[in-house]
Amino acid sequence: MAGLELLSDQGYRLDGRKPSELRKVQARMGVFAQADGSAYIEQGNTKALAVVYGPHEVRGSRSKTLHDRAVINCQYSMATFSTAERKRRPHGDRKSSEMSLHLKQTFEAAILTQLYPRSQIDIYVKILQSDGGNYSACVNAATLAVIDAGVPMRDYVCACSAGFVEDTPLADLCHTEESGGGTSLALALLPRGGQIALLQMDARLHQDHLDALMEAAMTACRSLSNVLDGVVRQHLQEVSLLTRE
Amino acid sequence: MLKSKTFVKKTRSGGVMKIVREHYLRDDIWCGSEFCVECKQDSTVLQQDACIESNLLSSPHYLIPDTNVVLHQIDILEDPLIRNVIILQTVLQEIRHRSAPVYKRIKDVVHDKEKHFYTFTNEHHRETFIEREQAESANDQNDRAIRVAAKWYSEHLKNAPKAEELKIVLLTNDRANKEKAEESGLVAYKCEEYIKSLIANPELVDRLALTSDDQNEITTSKLLFPEHLPLSRIQAGIKSGSFLQGTFRASRDNYLEATVFVHGEGEESTEVLIQGLQNLNRAVHQDVVAVELLPRDQWVAPSSVVLQDEGPKEDDKEEEAENMLRCEANEAMLKPTGKVVGIIKRNWRPFCGMLSKSQIKEATRHLFTPADRRIPRIRIETRQAAALEGQRIMVAIDGWPKHSRYPNGHFVRNLGSAGDKETETAVLLLEHDVPHQAFSQAVLSFLPKMPWRITEEDMKNRVDLRHLCVCSVDPPGCTDIDDALHCRDLENGNLEVGVHIADVSHFIRPGNALDQEAANRGTTVYLCEKRIDMVPELLSSNLCSLRSNVDRLAFSCIWEMNHNAEILNTRFTKSVINSKASLTYAEAQMRIDDTSMNDDITKSLRGLNKLAKILKKKRIEKGALTLSSPEVRFHIDSETHDPIDLQTKELKETNSMVEEFMLLANISVAQKIYDEFSECALLRKHPAPPPSNYDILNKAANSKGLLIRTDSAKALADSLDEAKVDGFAYFNTLLRILATRCMMQAVYFCSGMDSDFHHYGLASPIYTHFTSPIRRYADIIVHRLLAVAIGADCTYPDLMDKHKQSALCNNLNYRHKMAQYAQRASVAFHTQLFFKNRGILNEDGYILFVRKNAIIILIPKFGLEGTVFFENKDKPSPRLTFNEEAPTLTVEDHTFHMFDKVKVTISLDSSNIQHQKIRMALIEPVIPGVSVALPEGEPEAKKAKLDR
Repeated sequence: MAGLELLSDQGYRLDGRKPSELRKVQARMGVFAQADGSAYIEQGNTKALAVVYGPHEVRGSRSKTLHDRAVINCQYSMATFSTAERKRRPHGDRKSSEMSLHLKQTFEAAILTQLYPRSQIDIYVKILQSDGGNYSACVNAATLAVIDAGVPMRDYVCACSAGFVEDTPLADLCHTEESGGGTSLALALLPRGGQIALLQMDARLHQDHLDALMEAAMTACRSLSNVLDGVVRQHLQEVSLLTRE
Repeated sequence: MLKSKTFVKKTRSGGVMKIVREHYLRDDIWCGSEFCVECKQDSTVLQQDACIESNLLSSPHYLIPDTNVVLHQIDILEDPLIRNVIILQTVLQEIRHRSAPVYKRIKDVVHDKEKHFYTFTNEHHRETFIEREQAESANDQNDRAIRVAAKWYSEHLKNAPKAEELKIVLLTNDRANKEKAEESGLVAYKCEEYIKSLIANPELVDRLALTSDDQNEITTSKLLFPEHLPLSRIQAGIKSGSFLQGTFRASRDNYLEATVFVHGEGEESTEVLIQGLQNLNRAVHQDVVAVELLPRDQWVAPSSVVLQDEGPKEDDKEEEAENMLRCEANEAMLKPTGKVVGIIKRNWRPFCGMLSKSQIKEATRHLFTPADRRIPRIRIETRQAAALEGQRIMVAIDGWPKHSRYPNGHFVRNLGSAGDKETETAVLLLEHDVPHQAFSQAVLSFLPKMPWRITEEDMKNRVDLRHLCVCSVDPPGCTDIDDALHCRDLENGNLEVGVHIADVSHFIRPGNALDQEAANRGTTVYLCEKRIDMVPELLSSNLCSLRSNVDRLAFSCIWEMNHNAEILNTRFTKSVINSKASLTYAEAQMRIDDTSMNDDITKSLRGLNKLAKILKKKRIEKGALTLSSPEVRFHIDSETHDPIDLQTKELKETNSMVEEFMLLANISVAQKIYDEFSECALLRKHPAPPPSNYDILNKAANSKGLLIRTDSAKALADSLDEAKVDGFAYFNTLLRILATRCMMQAVYFCSGMDSDFHHYGLASPIYTHFTSPIRRYADIIVHRLLAVAIGADCTYPDLMDKHKQSALCNNLNYRHKMAQYAQRASVAFHTQLFFKNRGILNEDGYILFVRKNAIIILIPKFGLEGTVFFENKDKPSPRLTFNEEAPTLTVEDHTFHMFDKVKVTISLDSSNIQHQKIRMALIEPVIPGVSVALPEGEPEAKKAKLDR
C-alpha cells in the first residue's frame, strides 16, 4: 500500500492545512495556585503543562550554585497516556534527559538569569498528549509559565517545528508528518530581536534548502509569538479585573 | 477560516490502535468553475462551454466519476474528447491506495491544461465534509462523500448567473449508489450509458472496459482454471514458506511454459519452472505472483520445444501439446517446478498487436494477438472489426475470469496499418517503452535562445583551448558529435593528449523540465532509419555537437603522457574549443596512411594512433576481452527509405583509436569522481558471469576438441585467441559470438550502494561513462559530479543523495536495455523488408545452436540468425533424436553438430502478418523429405555476377 501523501498537488496537507499554516493554538496561564507560575497549551492535539518554581535558594548540593546568575533546572516528562500506546516512562531516560537539556539551554538564553545570582529557577514540563512538536509545545508552555511566575525574560521564547516535503517547507508538523520520514527541524526564537535560542535538526538536508526551511520555522515562530502575546494580555486583563474588585 | 474537527480512526498493526488525527475544514476551497462568481479563485479550470454532443444531455455538464469508474475506465477519461471533469479528493485517495499506475495516469490527466480536469478537495471543505455514520462501511462513506460533493456542486452553481443550463453528472457503475443519487435529485448515469449516448463519437464505446456484469456470455460451464487464493492466505503462505513470491516471466518460445524469478534473501535468487495452462493459472508476463512448489517427483525439465498458441482449438489438442512437453529427462535436468496459486500484483499495460477477426461475420467479440509472444491472446469486443483488420492496435486487459481461456480486454487505440514502416516503428517503440513523443513546450522553454554565442559569464571557470588543433572522428553522417581529440608534442619531449567532450551539463541545468525529460528518456535510441533523441535537436545536433570551425563549450580531460603511453599527469577542465576538422573513420585512416600529408591534424592523428596501439596492447595484456557480435548496416534508398543493401560493419584502425581514448577518459574520470565522492559517484560495472553461463561455450569448443578456460577474463581472452581450427577461419568469430552471449549485462550503479566495481569485459577496476553526454544521461550526471569535483560548477541536493542516484541508475539501466532491444527489433524489421524485396537466396551458414526440434543458423554475410524447423504441421515429421549432452540433433540419418556448415534458402514468411519471420530452409546437407531443392536458375545468375 502506498504511504501517506503528505502534501497534495492542490497544496493541502494531510489534515487540510496549507504548508505555512499552524495548528490551532489554545493556551491558558495560571492554571495552578500552588506553583509560582503555570500554563497549559494545546497546539492541535499536542497538549503540554508547564510549572515554574522560583527563583528560590539552590536546593540539593550547594556546589551547583552560580555566583553571577541563577541556575535553571528543567525537567521534561511525558504522561503514560500521552501516546496511542500506553507506556510507562521512567524519569531520566535518554530521550527526556536530552529534551530537558534542550529546554535548559533555551531558557538560559531567554531568562535574565544575572538578576538572581545564587538562586535557582525550576521549570517542570509534562506532555499530556503527544501529536508531534513536543519540544515546541514545551517551550511555548514554559514561556507562559515563566511569565506567569513574573520572572523577567529578554523576550518571549517561541518554538516551532518545520519539515521539508517535496521541496516545500511545512510549518508545525503533526505526528504523522514527523514520522513520515522527512527532515524535521525544531527552532526556538526570540522574535523581537530575531535571535535563535536553539536550533536542532537530526536528519539530512541539503544546504540549499536550509535557509528556506529556517525561514518557514521563523515565520511560524513569529505568528506563534503573536498568539502567546494575546494570551498573556488576556490573562492580565482577567487578573486585573479580578484584583480591582 | 480555520475550523478544527477531530475524528477517531482505528487501525490494525499487530494490535488495535487508536489514532487521533486532526482534520481542518476550510471555507477557502473554490469550485474551479468559470461560471462561479462567489468563489474568489485566481484561475478557473472548468469551462463554461462544457458541451459534448450526447443524446442524454443537451446542456453543458460537468462529470463527477466515482472511484471505480476512474479505476476501470481510465482509457476513456484520457481521451481528449472527455473534458470538464471534477475529480474529488476522496476518489483520488482511494485510487492512490488501489492502483499506482492509474493514479499516475489520472494525475497526468489532471495536469494537462487541455483536459480541464479539476481536483476538488472535498474532504476539507466545510460544506462537503461528512462524518462516518454508525455502522457505515468505508466504501459506503466514500460513496456518500461523492454524492454530497456532487450535490454541493449542483446547488453551488445553481446560484451562478448564466449557469441555469449547467448539469452536474455523477458517473457510477454501482447500482445502489446511482439509486441513492437519483433519490437526492442528482443526475447520475452508468458509465456505459453515458459513453454510449455520445452519438457523435462512437469509437469511444470500444474503449470501454468490460465490467463484471457483462462478461458472462462466452463462458463454458467448465472452470478452466483453479481459483486464485486471497491475498491474506498468500501472505500467510509466503510467511510460512509454503509459497514463494516472484516475477512471472512467460517463455517467448513456448506458450505453455514460464519461469518465476524468485528474489531470495541477499544474493540468492532462484527460478521456478511453471508448465501447463492449469499451473500457469492466468498469470501474465511480468505479474508478481505466488507459486507453490510441486513435490519433487513432479518436477520437469524445461522443454526445448518451440510451441506457439495457434488460436482457439479443441481441448484435446491442448492436452496433446501439454503432453509433448513432458519428455523423459535425466535427473540432472529437472528444475524446481511449481504452480501459480495467486496473483500478488498485476503488471498489465496496454499491449500492441493485431486483431484476429472472428470467423462469424457479425460477431463483435474477437481475439487480439499481441506482438509480444509472451502475452496471451486477449478477447475484446468491438464493432469496428472490419476497419481494424490489418491494423496495428493497442489493447488493455481488464480481467481474466477463471472460466475463460483468454483474458478480456478493450480497445485503446489504432496505430496504423501493419507492415507500414511508420506503424511498425511506433509499435516497436511502444513495445519497448521508449518515450518518443515530441518534446513538450515546457521542455523546449529551457533551451538557450538563438542566436546563441559564448558570453563572458560562460567563460568563467573555463580555459580557452581554441588554439589547439582538435578534430573529431565519427561514423559517416553523424550529427551528434560528442567527442573530439588532440595530441601535441610538449617542450619537455612528452606528449599532451586531450579528449574533449561536449559540455551538455552547461545547457541542461539540474531539476528543470529539460533535465527531467532527459533523465526519463535516459538514452538516445538509434533505429535503422530514425533517431529518438534524448535532448532536443537544437542541443544534440547544434549547440552541443562539436562541429568543425565553430566555438563550442567542452569538458576536457587532458593527459601528459610519455611515448610509452604512461600517464604522467591528468587534468580536467571546462573549456572552449574550436574543432579544426570533423572526419569520418575512413577519412582519418586515409590521412594517417597517406605519407604525403603532414599538416597539424594528420600529425596529431598519427600521434594518437601510435599511443592508442600501445594502450590497446596494455589493456589486452591485462585481460580485456575482444568479443564479437555480427553487426549489420543497411544501405537505405534515399527515396523510398527501403533497405537496398546490407553489409556487416567493418572496423578500421581509427575506430579502435577513438575507442581507446574514450576508455581512458572514462577510467580517469571514474577514478576522479570516486575519489571525490565515494558515496555517490555514478559508475558502471560489468560483473563476471557465473561459470554455468559458459556451459554452451565449453560444449561448443569440446565438439572441436578445444578447451576454453573460463576461470578469469584473461584466461578466457587468451584461450579464445588460441582457439583456431585449420581451414575454418570463421570458427574463432563464431566462438566469440557465443562468448558474447555468455556475458552479463553491464550496469550503472551508485558507488555508495555497492562494493563490487569491477568491469569484467574491459578488465578495469573502475569504470564510468563520461564521453557521450549528448546521447546518454549517465554521462550528464558524471559531468556534473566532475564539475563539482574541480570546482567548476555548484552541487545540488539530488546529486549527493545516493538513494535518488540509485533510483536514477535503475531507470537508466532499464532504458538502456529497452533501447538495445528496440534497436535489435528495428534491425530485424529492416532485415525482413530487405528479404521481402529480395526473395529467396542461397547462402552459407553455420549452426549456432541445436534445439530439440530445430537448429538455429547464423549467416555471417548478413549477421542474420534464423531457425530451421524439422517439424511441420502438414507434413509427417522426420525421425528426430536429440542428444542434450553434446548437443546434437539427428534427423533421419544426418547428425547436426554445432558449427556445422549448411546451405539454406532465406525467405520471408508473411503467413502471419504480425510476426513476419525470416524462414530458412535447408538445402545442404540433403536429407530426403526435409531439405528443399535448390531453386533453379537463380544461383547460376548469381555466380555469373561473381565471375565478372
